[in-house]
Amino acid sequence: MIRPGDLVRPLSPAGVWLGALVLLVLLLLPYWGGSYVMTVATTVFYLALVGQSWNLMLGFAGLLSIGHALFVGIGAYTSAYLFTAIGLPPVIGVLPAIALAVLMGLLMGYLGFRFAIGGVYFALLTIAFAELVRIVIDHVSWLGATEGFFLQVSEADRHGIDLVNLRGAPEMYYYLIMALALGALVLCRYLLRSRLGYYWQAIRDDESAAEALGVDVLRYKMYAVAISSGMAGVAGVFYAFYQNSLFPEIVFNIERSIEATLGSIVGGVGTLFGPIFGTFILTPLGEIVTEAIDLLKHWHVIDPETKLDGLKLLVWSFIVVLIVLFKPNGLWPWVCEKLRLIRPGEER
Amino acid sequence: MTGAAPLLRIAGVSKSFRGLRALNDVSFDVAEREIAALIGPNGAGKTTLFNVIAGVFPPDSGTVRLGDADITGRRPDRICHAGIGRTFQLVKPFAQMTVLENVTVAALHGARGVAEARASARFFLELLELDTRAGQHAANLTLPDRKRLEVARALATGPRLLLLDEVMAGLRPSETDRMVATLRRLRDDTGLTILLIEHVMRAVMALSERIAVLHHGEKISEGTPDRIVRDPAVLECYLGDHEL
Repeated sequence: MIRPGDLVRPLSPAGVWLGALVLLVLLLLPYWGGSYVMTVATTVFYLALVGQSWNLMLGFAGLLSIGHALFVGIGAYTSAYLFTAIGLPPVIGVLPAIALAVLMGLLMGYLGFRFAIGGVYFALLTIAFAELVRIVIDHVSWLGATEGFFLQVSEADRHGIDLVNLRGAPEMYYYLIMALALGALVLCRYLLRSRLGYYWQAIRDDESAAEALGVDVLRYKMYAVAISSGMAGVAGVFYAFYQNSLFPEIVFNIERSIEATLGSIVGGVGTLFGPIFGTFILTPLGEIVTEAIDLLKHWHVIDPETKLDGLKLLVWSFIVVLIVLFKPNGLWPWVCEKLRLIRPGEER
Repeated sequence: MTGAAPLLRIAGVSKSFRGLRALNDVSFDVAEREIAALIGPNGAGKTTLFNVIAGVFPPDSGTVRLGDADITGRRPDRICHAGIGRTFQLVKPFAQMTVLENVTVAALHGARGVAEARASARFFLELLELDTRAGQHAANLTLPDRKRLEVARALATGPRLLLLDEVMAGLRPSETDRMVATLRRLRDDTGLTILLIEHVMRAVMALSERIAVLHHGEKISEGTPDRIVRDPAVLECYLGDHEL
């Protein structure tokens, strides 16, 4: 049986070919997909990036966060505010955005780990922090409070490519988020095979044994939270300049945090490619559900006045339940095994 | 004592848990390059003493010194860095990692990078006869192999003092003999000092040069194996116990 940790092994020839083919299709997507497909694909990669960041904490280091929207939100608000207030382009604004997200992560991590708040209680702490920041921003007028914070965008911005100010055509956003998500994948692969990765997995599997073998548990947990929140902060910058509007109720909503976890759970917690694979399944599926409902309403199979907003989440939840029941390691290890995508052997 | 300065010096250590006195004024030295054993009936406080030495919890009173350094109350990872490697009686493998990765985690402490640590981990796997299991997940190991993995990991941290908590339990007699030979060879080759807790008397008698006996948290006897098996106080506390 293939386990999540095995998936850092090199790809088999079949895996390389399939990977190259999928990558080619995705690279050419703007040439054959319409604007709708582009929007969905951009969302997929965005959620994959957030998922990768979340997976680093739980899958690698064993730290459950249900407040990842916090780091995304801090990154988003920081870069958006600096852009609007002092004209700082996001290409530079991403640095303070990362810094603030990491700082928040470290504060949360320190409080949690210093006082030995573990497992589910740590998860509650992450929710509490996300809610706390949401409520604070609700009352900060220069961040738009509940009215929302908006970024200026002109019609001319919707064409061309301006990576410095993150203004341009949908294709630019698509390629950018694709690059970021794949970059995060490469970074995570590198980290997992480094000293950090070994120590994180040791802490995840048995904290006291790791400590007895000389691992400074507090420090390496802090590294995990810092890197994870920094990655989420980058995703937040993208979110702000892609959406151009930020509302505390939406950005910091726990639904965003849960969304960040679902792709990884479906794809495989602790795997490198699981977060991307999972969002590639869930997001289009959610779209299909929404479309199907619209169609059924259009044909008057369902009363058009019926509110079915929660249905997408319901379908997702159902899938997650099935995955947890039948493929608790996620779909990606299973797909790898069935399609022989990775090289056999003990070497990693 | 062999006359050399003690490597480990436990002086007047006491520890209570909610009024239950687990250790009462225990003093005990282990000389450099010595193999010493800690025996006693269940609940005598052997593992508690190990946990105090390894920094899992601080003693209520008393000190633990390693060489020139007072390590009393230091954190487990700092104590590992100071030069004490330990195994756990209830084995704690990193279940989702392979056997090789388990030992690599330990070897990383003294290594410059992952490649060096992996090479060093392979050496210890061979030493403990686990090299054929290198790519297996630790979760899939049998109990004797898990015990060996505990020893391999503790050794891979490069300790001056090795604390072994019942690593022979569950091994067949022939396997016990091989483990004894391995540990003795390690001591002879590398100058390692070993303190072990053991119920398998075959191993204790074959391996240890000095034995301390704990009973109800107190040291009731100490001496060479020959002396210990004839000590009336020891025999009394083990009365009805078939192991001695």
